[in-house]
Amino acid sequence: MAEAQAGAAHAEQETTRRDFIYIAAGSVAAVGAAATIWPFVAQMNPAADTRALSTTEVDLTAIEIGQQIKAMWQGKPVFVRHRTAAEIASAQRDDFANLKDPQSDAERLVQADGQAGRPEWLILQANCTHLGCVPTFVEGSSFGGWFCPCHGSDYDTSGRIRRGPAPRNLDVAPYVYLSDTSIRIG
Amino acid sequence: MKIHGHSTYEPQSGFTRWLDKRLPIVRLTHDSFVAYPTPRNLNYWWTFGAMLALCLVVQIVTGIVLAMHYIPHVDFAFASVQRIERDIPYGWLIQNMHAVGASMFFLAVYIHMFRGLYYGSYKAPRELLWILGCLIYALMVATAFLGYTLPWGQMSFWGATVITNILGALPLVGESIQVWIRGGGAIDQPTLNRFFSLHYLLPFVIAGVVALHIWALHEAGQNNPTGVDVKKKEDTVPFTPHATLKDLFATSLFVILFAVFIFYMPDALGHADNFIPANPLQTPPEIVPEWYLLPFYAILRAFDFNIGPIDSKLAGVLAMFASIGILFVLPWLDTSRVRSMRYRPIARQFFIIFVVVCVVLGWCGGQNPGRILVPATFSATLNWTQGGQVIEQPVTSQGAAQWDEAEQAARASLTEQGAGMTAVQRAGADRGTATGVIGGAVQTRTVTAHSVDELEAQINGVTEEVGQSAPFFQVERRIPFTFTVTTLSQIMTAYYFLFFLIILPILGLRETPGRVPDTIAKPVIGGEEAGAS
Ligand code: HEM
Ligand code: FES
Repeated sequence: MAEAQAGAAHAEQETTRRDFIYIAAGSVAAVGAAATIWPFVAQMNPAADTRALSTTEVDLTAIEIGQQIKAMWQGKPVFVRHRTAAEIASAQRDDFANLKDPQSDAERLVQADGQAGRPEWLILQANCTHLGCVPTFVEGSSFGGWFCPCHGSDYDTSGRIRRGPAPRNLDVAPYVYLSDTSIRIG
Repeated sequence: MKIHGHSTYEPQSGFTRWLDKRLPIVRLTHDSFVAYPTPRNLNYWWTFGAMLALCLVVQIVTGIVLAMHYIPHVDFAFASVQRIERDIPYGWLIQNMHAVGASMFFLAVYIHMFRGLYYGSYKAPRELLWILGCLIYALMVATAFLGYTLPWGQMSFWGATVITNILGALPLVGESIQVWIRGGGAIDQPTLNRFFSLHYLLPFVIAGVVALHIWALHEAGQNNPTGVDVKKKEDTVPFTPHATLKDLFATSLFVILFAVFIFYMPDALGHADNFIPANPLQTPPEIVPEWYLLPFYAILRAFDFNIGPIDSKLAGVLAMFASIGILFVLPWLDTSRVRSMRYRPIARQFFIIFVVVCVVLGWCGGQNPGRILVPATFSATLNWTQGGQVIEQPVTSQGAAQWDEAEQAARASLTEQGAGMTAVQRAGADRGTATGVIGGAVQTRTVTAHSVDELEAQINGVTEEVGQSAPFFQVERRIPFTFTVTTLSQIMTAYYFLFFLIILPILGLRETPGRVPDTIAKPVIGGEEAGAS
């Protein structure tokens, strides 16, 4: 009798118990598949220990005026530059120049906690905002700052993009002063 | 028209009869590679498939051997490849086979693809066959990119950095995808580790798609240089010995070329910088991919301008992906019903230009994009006043918005006092200094140069030379339009896309195809109305 009924229901295009089970089982399988795929995709995100490596401390005493070091932070190089008075002056003067990504020098010195920085120390992520090469200091730069050898992006003494294909200024690395002579990046 | 009848395989021995009832694998091989009918007019452009199969086997076999000695760790990867080359018995041979093999693989695949384009092998009923081929090609590109990272030289590292940075240009998801692929903020140990894993995996995926590719080929049958469907059994010959021997001969020549590279110039196709261990702190002076990816690199860099809301970087990325993606839909872009370009005299010319364009794009990809190809003269005129009396006055404005007004006013006031030249130096949002010179001799000098950098150097030279006696300069730069490698790439990129998007769709509807000779249109052998041949 049940069979006869099912047959009749099909003929009338009605929902049967079997249709319901198909849909229910299909939905559960889809959710199950998504729940299975998720961890396999997510495992490629940065691991806990990779994320834990996320701060770097830099001792500033070793960096003479007019010099810079490249510190490694999260696997990426960071410029820690001890600027000369001339570099600071030229950076501040150009605050009002025609900038592609307008930002004042003071804004670029602000620490991660929002406090003002010190003009003699400029802390920048060293990867060119174009495609990530590491620019060199002065060599080739028409603005006295950094020049990227890859496609010729030219940055000034505040690390602002002045010429070339890079879309943005060199990113400021998040940093805070731990004392007068040391900073923490990250 | 389906040309292969039923299987002609007949098991000869007791064992093969037994096997044939249970797993007809010998039958499958016989039908696919012995009795399989191939058009009798195939030329040598049809032999590259065999070479490609060989290349895949070579890459997998040598790759598995390399993986026995390679160490996917940032501190040891470079040294482990050096150790393979120096200390592992025959490691030098196997490593070179793998590295040169990648180039040979691409050489063969490019010829194979151009063959398909020329003879219209992508048209019905072979659309899926073509799409599977495009998929194999895309997988090859991915595999080669991943593999190139493994030796962990400077080019490995920076190539991976640049390419993953490019992905970061995608809107919204770009940054997360970039971090997801790298497994961290930068190319580092997690990246190397997963690239190794995936580089090991993908060739086997390729092998799987190749199986589908051949299956689809054997279902649709091979195209041939005339593009005219095979009509009768007499138009075909069995794969063995005809195609087998021809493939073997051509492949032998290919292997000789392969050997010449391996034994006489193993590093000719590589980049010297990849013999320097990766250093995240130091970028090599130029970053270029391997030769087989240069055309795409040129397309990527051709976009140095924004297109509406799409910034230049994203436009380049989209164009680069589109340049491969467009191949997938080609069967529906080409509207011509004639397959072979032999009978499409106009399309044929455009095709030849297309091949040249691809080669030129490759050249562009290896050049410095700013390199000036057509010499141009850059000039600048410097005006300054020698001697005279310098007057200064402070400029202040109500706020940053009123600055322009304040500046104008200050200049006007100086001019009123008799200053011939004025300049304003801004020192803050609402303050600055206006300077003017009264009297003195106005001097002019024009400098010329062949590039912007040279021009700036010249200008600096003049300002330094006379800087002591002149308070300031007015510099008027004249930068002409320059035809650079980027300009050339732009033109070539435009043609690349026009060829697929405009030329093929429109030409197919308008052209008059050349006449197919009777000797081809009608069966020659066995046919009653056989023409003279
Ligand atoms: C589609 C096939 C393949 C292509 C196109 C390919 C391509 C490449 C390329 C371009 C390199 C860099 C070589 C150099 O510059 O020195 C490389 C390295 C490597 N590949 Fe492959 N490969 C393929 C298959 C495989 C397979 C199947 C394996 C392993 C099972 C493998 C394992 C390796 C290893 C361990 C290295 C690093 C050692 C070295 O640089 O020589 N490859 N591959
Ligand atoms: S990466 Fe610096 S200019 Fe392109």
